[in-house]
Amino acid sequence: MLILTCPCCGVTGEETEFHGGGEAHLKRFGPGSSEGEFHDYLFSKVNPKGVHLERWRHNNGCGKWFHAARDTVTMEIYGTYPAQTTEPPQDIRDAITAKRPGWSWREFA
Amino acid sequence: MSNMVSALNGASAKGFVEVRDMGLQGMITLRGDLNAAKLKKAARAVGGADMPEQGHISLGDTGGAAWMSPDELLVLVPYTEVDARLSEIAKAMGDDHHLAVNVSDARCMFGVSGDDALVREALAKLMPVDLSARAFQPGQFRRSRMAQVPAALWMQAEGEARIVCFRSVAQYVFDLLKGATSPGSEVRYLAR
Ligand SMILES: [Zn+2]
Repeated sequence: MLILTCPCCGVTGEETEFHGGGEAHLKRFGPGSSEGEFHDYLFSKVNPKGVHLERWRHNNGCGKWFHAARDTVTMEIYGTYPAQTTEPPQDIRDAITAKRPGWSWREFA
Repeated sequence: MSNMVSALNGASAKGFVEVRDMGLQGMITLRGDLNAAKLKKAARAVGGADMPEQGHISLGDTGGAAWMSPDELLVLVPYTEVDARLSEIAKAMGDDHHLAVNVSDARCMFGVSGDDALVREALAKLMPVDLSARAFQPGQFRRSRMAQVPAALWMQAEGEARIVCFRSVAQYVFDLLKGATSPGSEVRYLAR
């Protein structure tokens, strides 16, 4: 059971109040991109053991999208942060580093 | 003129606490910049209550306003006054970006009343929310789910809860509440 805090409305709820929205910080490759880039954008998602950055939606609540950094092994939530960003903020990175020194996820560390 | 009735037309059930359809309730969804002075003023005038804080509801004599999300309020007004209140909002907001819609007939309101702790226990069976008197106090407003459907909840007073859900699931929610309050099913966790 994951306990998430929505950064939009401040509610702390358990995961059935939310809905997972897949991998975070995707960069869109649309018209003009190569077939390989478009394929990877659609299908090549990471499924790490450990630190993972995801999008979530507070669907049984305020209805807003946000980001969450969590651990797929320990199920702990390192933190949640607004959807309006293309990378995890420093305080989230610090929270992850405190538990998992040397972590990396895609291009972030 | 057709005879307007709420989803369950005032149905009620008496278990260890009482569940009832609250009848026709005027509800207006008001979306926009909740920090804008104009919107605050319109919400106060129409709902007849202060602007609610995040996660709260403020109630006046005939209505109120609930904080739904960072850009949405649910304004409660008497059912027969909705159209007049919508005109007031339109006039007050002018060309400023906003959305105000009559959702009265798209929603349903229930009341659960009785011993405060037993009311909380009944609702806690259905919602993943800490409903202890310490954690959830009158004035707080919580959107969550009730079993499989979205629902919003507040305590109108001690021993008096209000639930708003979609009209399309009114019977489902009523049946849930009826089951959760059936005599003999008290959990006695919050109630001693
Ligand atoms: Zn939220």
